Order: sequence, then structure tokens, then C-alpha cells
Amino acid sequence: MDKLLLIIKREFLAKVKNKSFIIITILSPVIMVALLAFIIFIQSSSRNEFKTVSYIDSGNIFEEVFKDSEHIKYINLKELELEKAKLFTKESDYYCLVHVPDINNIEELEKKISIYAENTVGMSFLTSLESKFAKVITNKKLTKLNIDLEKIKKSDTNVNIKTIKFSGEQSSKIGGMLKMALGGGMGYLIFMFIIIYGNSVMRSVIEEKSNRIIEVIISSVKPFYLMLGKIFGNALAGLLQFAIWIVSALILISVLSSVFGVDSSIVNTTNISPDLQNKMQNSMGEVNNVIAEIWNLPLLAMLISFIFYFLGGYLVYSSIYAAIGAAVESETDTQQFMIPVMTPLIVAIYAGFSIIESPHSTISVGFSIFPLTSPIVMLMRIPFGVPTWQIILSIVLLILTFFVIVFIAAKIYRVGVLMYGKKPSYKELYKWLRL
Amino acid sequence: MQENLLEIKNVTKNFGEFTALNNVSISVPKNSIFGLLGPNGAGKTTLIRIINQITMPDSGEIILDGNLLQPNDVHNIGYLPEERGLYKNMKVGEQALYLARLKGMSEAEAKKSLKFWFEKFNIGSWWNKKIQELSKGMAQKVQFIVTVIHNPKLLIFDEPFSGFDPINANIIRDEILELRDKGATIIFSTHRMESVEELCDNIALMNKSNKILEGNLIDIKRKFKTNTFEVGLLCDDKESLRNVLEDKYSIENANFKSLEDELKLNISLNENQNSSELISFLNNSASLSHFIELIPSVHDIFVETINKNN
Repeated sequence: MDKLLLIIKREFLAKVKNKSFIIITILSPVIMVALLAFIIFIQSSSRNEFKTVSYIDSGNIFEEVFKDSEHIKYINLKELELEKAKLFTKESDYYCLVHVPDINNIEELEKKISIYAENTVGMSFLTSLESKFAKVITNKKLTKLNIDLEKIKKSDTNVNIKTIKFSGEQSSKIGGMLKMALGGGMGYLIFMFIIIYGNSVMRSVIEEKSNRIIEVIISSVKPFYLMLGKIFGNALAGLLQFAIWIVSALILISVLSSVFGVDSSIVNTTNISPDLQNKMQNSMGEVNNVIAEIWNLPLLAMLISFIFYFLGGYLVYSSIYAAIGAAVESETDTQQFMIPVMTPLIVAIYAGFSIIESPHSTISVGFSIFPLTSPIVMLMRIPFGVPTWQIILSIVLLILTFFVIVFIAAKIYRVGVLMYGKKPSYKELYKWLRL
Repeated sequence: MQENLLEIKNVTKNFGEFTALNNVSISVPKNSIFGLLGPNGAGKTTLIRIINQITMPDSGEIILDGNLLQPNDVHNIGYLPEERGLYKNMKVGEQALYLARLKGMSEAEAKKSLKFWFEKFNIGSWWNKKIQELSKGMAQKVQFIVTVIHNPKLLIFDEPFSGFDPINANIIRDEILELRDKGATIIFSTHRMESVEELCDNIALMNKSNKILEGNLIDIKRKFKTNTFEVGLLCDDKESLRNVLEDKYSIENANFKSLEDELKLNISLNENQNSSELISFLNNSASLSHFIELIPSVHDIFVETINKNN
């Protein structure tokens, strides 16, 4: 037992002191944040870029469309002919020229509006312009049909269906999205962790073999303990890495919210028009909904099951990785054994993303109980609520699988670490099992 | 009779169809150096791994210091495998400490003992270096230290001198002798017969999974000696002297370096003849310039025994 702890400690320190571990631990959150910031920056800067748009609206029908906004200034070139207007727009370096031909028939007009520009115009600009035109044209048509616009406005509705479970629990569309995001995220995290740390266990086994230190060590401890120590040591390093990320994420969030966050008490509602006030209340209500939805989720169950499936999945797969590492002599020889390891993982992640659409279908239940896919798939299902018996069944199966796999892996490991010179085939691995 | 530290009794080990050890029994006397010899593939490494409990025997038993071998006996054994190495990225000191603690030493004990050995080999300045910064010979010294660090009763060295230059090989040889003098028992496996000649008190010879010879090295040599003498004779008529000798003894031409142009012969005694008779006969026939009894070397014994066995 003492020796197992010694090995765990060494493996943990060897992993944690490794430069690449330190770099990845520090850099990946920085890279993630930087990437996110960059994407947001790109999006907002392209949207907020100031544009000057010229237009010809011969019939003065669309005054509403060509109202200046914060980012767009409209210039009326009604006095010019189309060709001259195009030239002028080009020479003045305007964003584009919107041309509404002089046609009285509104049905015909809606097909004849065009934009002239140096290059293609932005998609968001185009769609917002189209919807503005559509609104004006629709209203014109309605007026033409003698329909009261006010009545239409009053009849406008926004339906938000609440789904309620027979147990009385409420869920909504936002909640569903949230569950999908959380479940998918957690499943994907486990998938990444298993691959990254499984590989790291495998490399560490290969390293001991190619350094030829393995025989020195297993003359002091049983190979089984060395394998377990390696697996646990790497697991601890992984947990440490996640802990660092989570803590730094929490710090980042609290720093960000204290710098940019708006304290709701400061907002003086009396100065704001009742319309805006209403809107704000609506959006506040939505935020509150999301927060309520988060609290409605089985959070504790999620956290516990995340840690459990995280460890369970990692233990099963890293034992396989350790056995593969023991069987080969260099990393290039591992290819032939990687396919059977990767297949269930990839199936789990792809099946998983379609499973979160219908979390309680037979296929979903099957994959979330099958031990080689359950760590990923069950986690994706858990936010939606999973019957206890299924969780227990999958946990029991996962633990049993771990023992079986560790038993098999230890046998291959024990023989493999002392085998040099040839690349083993599956047939040979089977022979090792019976030694 | 000398007490045995290690007794291997009827050990058999099969790997699938292949028999690696066939009912092997060996006794290693306490406080001696024991040479485990044999051609490649004879089963030496398997036997050594069984003593180290890396591999388990199919049948037979191992007795260490009077008791059946226990899992905890790894603390009483120091093993320098032929395939050896260290963690390249780990610092020398940390690594030695780790390996010593895996052998059951407490941290304080291990540190104290390491300090002693590092000072003895004058390598204290390497403590914070990584193995990959050391030369092969330097790494081998560290490897030797971690093998003996826990002061075990039984030391097993598989080709201990490989990777050492002659000067360092001498240092290691002297250390091995000192360890024996301090009470350790040493099993020594090598293909370098001159080291066996120099160091071993007892040997066992293995071939094709069987032990074919075992015993005290001097006793074995005595058993293998053929009562053959290498002689140099100064005389005028070599041909007639040769004919005279051929009638009485079995002779062969010999080849050795000397200053004179002598008749050089290997003379083997037949039964009921002894060496003093031979000497007086030779003295009467010619002037005797060279007379040596041919003692079989370990090399000769090895080759002869293996060839006969095959």
C-alpha cells in the first residue's frame, strides 16, 4: 500500500512537473478566453462598422426603411439617375446603393428592389434590410385590403409552451437548451479527458519500457501496483488540471462581473420610457428564468455523477491504454490497437449528440447503460432526469467492467513489459492472457 | 558444511509449449560469489526473474535464508538486470530516493545511505542533474548504487560490467568484492569468463533449461583437469626424444612462447603415472626449460561441457 502511494506520488509529480502539462494548464484557458474575445470582437466590429448607404426611392414609399440609425447613415440620391447615382456612390466610397424603381404596383415592386455595391454586402445587413422592406410592404398590402393595422398589432401573440412532467416538474424550451448544452459539454469533456489522459498513461508505460527501467521497478513492486499507480497518478493530475481551470474560470467570471456587471439597483427606472421599462422587465424575467432553470436541474446529482463517470470512464479506458503501452515498444506501433479503443468513444460522442435530442429513447437508454459508452452518454442524459434504476445499473456495469478490464490489462501488462523485439499481434496478446 | 543463503529446489517454468526451466535445483552458499553461467537462452534470466518474484515458477520452491521466499523478500534482494535503465527526465537524487523507498527504506534511511554512496563514488554534485545529462558510464554508476542501496542479503548482477570502461569496471569489481566481505551473497551472471575466473567462488552452468554443472570452482577445475603438462625440452635430437616420449605417454604438439628453440609438447599422464615420475624422466632425457600443469579455464570447462551436452 505504501509503495502504491509512492508510485502514485511519483507518477503525479512526473506528470505535473512536465513542462507541457504546465503550459497546457496555463495556456488553454488563456487561449479559450482569447479566442472567445476575438470572435466576439470580430462579430461586433463588423456589425458596428459605420456604413453610409445611398438610395433612390423614387416613389417615397419606404421612408421608414431609410431612417438613419446608429451605424448606418442613409443618403437620398433621388435627384440622380441610376447610372449617375451608381457612379456617385462608387466615387464617394459609400457602402452600397439601394435602388427602388418607380413602380406603383406593389406586388411587382417587391421583386424589383436591388442593391448595387463594389462587393457583395454583408448577410446581416441584407436580411435586416429585407425584413424592413417586407414589413412596409406587408402593411401597405394590409391597408390596401382595408385591414386595421392596430387590430393586427393587438392580435400579435408570442406563445411559449411550458412542458410539465407528470411529477409536476416544469421545463421549458430554455431549460431544454440548457440541458442539451450542459449534458453535451460534460460528455465532451469526459471524451477529451479519456483520450488525453489515456494516451498519457500509455506514453508513460512505453517510456518505462524503452528506458529499460521497468525490470528494476518490478523487482521491487508488483507490475499490477505499478500500473494502478500510473493510472491513479495521472487521474489526480487530470483532476488537478480541471480544478485549476474551474477555479480560474470562477475567478475570471467574478472579476468580469464586478468590472462590467451592472448593479440593478443603480438603474433609475423613472427616466426610462415605459416601453423600454417593459422590455427590460421582460429580459430580466428571461434571465431569471434561466437562473431558475439552472437551479431546477439536478445539480448535486450532476456533479456527483460527473465525477463518478469521469473517473469510471477514465479508469476503464486508461487500463486498456496501459495494456497497449505494455504490448508495444514505441508509440508508432500503437496504431493497430487504437481503433478498437477509439471506436466506442467516437460512437458515444456522435450517438450522444443525437441522443440529447431525444434523451429517453431506447437507443439512448442502451448507450447510457453499455459500460464502454455510458460515461459519456449517461452524463449527457442526466440533466434531463434519468430513472434511478438505469443509473444504478450503469454504475454497477461500469464498476464490473473496470475490474474485468483491469484484470485483463494487468495480465497483458505483466507479460508485455518484459517483451522486447517484436510487434505483438492480437493472437499473441491472447496467448499472453493465458500465461 | 557451509550454510546456503539461497536454495532453489526443483523449479520448473513453462511458457506455453516452451520449457524455460526444467526441474532446476541450485544452492548458493552464504557470503560467496556465485557465477550463473550458460549460453544465451539457457534459462538464466528466467531463473533470476523467478528469484526476484517477477515471474512465478510453475512448480518447485525457493528458500531464502532458511525461509520460503515471501513477497516482502524483495527488500532483501538487490537486482541489477541486464536490461536496465533509469527515468531520463528525473533528477538523479530524486530517482535514487524513489527506487530506494520502493525497496522498503524509510526516507531518512534512504537519504543517509544515498549520501554515503554518493560520497564514496564522489558523485555528490550529480544529485540535481537529470539522467539524460549524464554519460552512459555515469548513469551506470547511479544504477549500481540504486541496486545496492538497501544493503540486501542477496545481490544479483546480470552483466554488471557492461557499459563501464576498464577503470570504472575495476571500481565496480572492488565494490562487489567489498560487499561480499561485508557479508552479502552475490549471484553473478555474465559471459565474460575472465571475470568469473577472477571473482567467483562457486558456479552453476545451465544449458537448454537444465542445470548441467554446479559446485565450487576449484573442485570443478580439479575434476576437469586431465593431468596434462605443458613442457619445453632443450635437446639435440628432438625427433628421437619425441619418439621415446610417445611410447610412454600421450603427447601432442604444444604452442607457447619461449626464448629457445625447444621441443614443445603437451604430455598427458596415463593411468598409474604421476607427475614426479614424469619430471624425473624428462630431467634424465633432456634439459627441462618449461613445465606447467594445464589447469582447465572456466572458458574451457564451459565450452567442453556445453558441447558434450549438445
